[in-house]
Amino acid sequence: MNLFFLVWSYLKSKPLTTVLNILLLALGIAVITVLLLFNNQLNERISSNAKGIDLVVGAKGSPLQLILCNIFHVDFPTGNISLAEAEKVVRHRMVKKAIPLALGDSYNGYRIVGTTRNYAALYKMELDKGQWWEKDLEVTLGATVAERAGLKIGDSFVSAHGLTTDGHAHQENHYTVTSVLKRNNTVLDNLILTNIQSIWRVHDLMTDSLPSLPVHPSSLVPGVAMGDSVRQITSLLIQYRNPLAVIQLPRFINSNSNLQAASPAYETARLFSILGVGIDVLRGFALVLIFISGLSIFIALYNSLKERQYDLAIMRSMGAHRRVLFVSIVLEGSVLSMLGSLVGLTLGHGVLAAFASFVTASQKAGVSALVFYPEEVYLLLGSLLLGILCSLLPAIRAYRTDIHKVLAGS
Amino acid sequence: MITTKGLSYTYPGQNKIGFHDLSIAPGSHWLLLGESGSGKTTLLHLLGGLLRSQEGTIEVNGSDITKLSEAALDQFRGEHYGFVFQKSHLISALSVRNNLLMAPFLAGRHQDGVRVKEVLHQLGLSEKEHAAVKQLSQGQAQRVAIARAVLNKPMLILADEPTSALDDKNCERVIDLLLEASAHNNATLMVATHDQRLKVKFANQLQL
Repeated sequence: MNLFFLVWSYLKSKPLTTVLNILLLALGIAVITVLLLFNNQLNERISSNAKGIDLVVGAKGSPLQLILCNIFHVDFPTGNISLAEAEKVVRHRMVKKAIPLALGDSYNGYRIVGTTRNYAALYKMELDKGQWWEKDLEVTLGATVAERAGLKIGDSFVSAHGLTTDGHAHQENHYTVTSVLKRNNTVLDNLILTNIQSIWRVHDLMTDSLPSLPVHPSSLVPGVAMGDSVRQITSLLIQYRNPLAVIQLPRFINSNSNLQAASPAYETARLFSILGVGIDVLRGFALVLIFISGLSIFIALYNSLKERQYDLAIMRSMGAHRRVLFVSIVLEGSVLSMLGSLVGLTLGHGVLAAFASFVTASQKAGVSALVFYPEEVYLLLGSLLLGILCSLLPAIRAYRTDIHKVLAGS
Repeated sequence: MITTKGLSYTYPGQNKIGFHDLSIAPGSHWLLLGESGSGKTTLLHLLGGLLRSQEGTIEVNGSDITKLSEAALDQFRGEHYGFVFQKSHLISALSVRNNLLMAPFLAGRHQDGVRVKEVLHQLGLSEKEHAAVKQLSQGQAQRVAIARAVLNKPMLILADEPTSALDDKNCERVIDLLLEASAHNNATLMVATHDQRLKVKFANQLQL
């Protein structure tokens, strides 16, 4: 016999009340856990995807769309920009590095990105097997693409227009897989990389084969001449030379050209402030659940005192100090709340695990259930505090049990 | 063993109840008789340290329990007393065995499973050791309460109307067991009751 066993016996003797209390708290904690895991991972994902990119330059349109399309590859391009205009931006002294992107086609819903090796270097991608794409129509696959689309080195495929599987197929040109990237949990896992000329070739903008390099090659696409007036790309990813560029470069681009510049940091912050409303509502809901569960624990303990007044008095008559009664009630509240929050954390991770295995979008977003954050320890500690708080008043009443009155039955 | 001097108690808004000075020899068995309201429960609770005396002294085993602090009094109860009440007041969340183990646990003593079996055997409850409290009849429950009271081998067993809720057959059995268990453990027994059936069982009687 010990106090813990006694408390456990009391909880077991009222299984329905106990389960209800645990479930109520568990639900609240589970919602908070899911939000925590989802939010944190999304944030990490967003920052790792946008890392090293200070500015995205593309056709005029929605700046948020520009970011979603060119960094996270979840939206459609705002339009195209001419290579010549893009080169002008690159020549600006505040630009340290510029990576061109040519988008528009996909295979099985996985986007084909015409770019340079710098794009892969930006994300520190390494090859898992094969050789980097070299010639036109050679591609390097992201890890997820290789896995899900069932492509391997040497396979060839035709691309489809747009981001869906039923877009117009470019039958004339076949891509060939030359390599697969190692997984690094960025958006590149979901992309098919090739050079820009390949994209042009598929879209009949590169009919000439260009056997020799031009005299003045383009700074962005070395295979074509500088100042090319026909060919277009989708966007430029830009790294600033120094912090001053934050003020100068976007203004320069937005006012002096047909282009638009959007900051990933600013736009994702804006996106989060929009999403934040929904998250706040959910979090509020969870807090209400937790509050009600606290109330429920309090009421359960308080009501049980009436039934247990004889137990308490008898315990005193057998030599129990007042503080033993106090501690036993607080322990009961704490055990309840700890169980509730443990079940809640498990439930939260479980829900996310189910979500990650059934919903493809969450796989693409790279949300995993097997990640633990220090905040979860705070959740446990918070629940413990809640349990103690809710049992404090009943415990004080137990402490004050008048054994004579109770046992004399008056 | 027990000596009281000038003991009295006044409930708020009621007349003062005065008690005769007592001197109870160790190992003796006493019956406190009186109608309800005569103060026998009050006296028993005063002697048992469940109620603080307002006037007078109570010396139990050489210590004046009216002078003990609350915590020291708890300790003292755990060490020296066993209580039996009108209702068994067993903890229904616990099995019979665990109800009995509460006594040494709360008194801070070694929890001896052998002693539990021994006491249950004495009281004819061996087969009920692992039973739930709810499965016991009233008479059985009262016997378990006696087992709990004698488990720690207390010097003093105080019983308040231990038989008044029982039928004749169970009454006989319970009081016999109480007397037997007290004698077996060399405990002083004081039974407060208005139950006339018990009169024949006690040589020492005190009318309040």
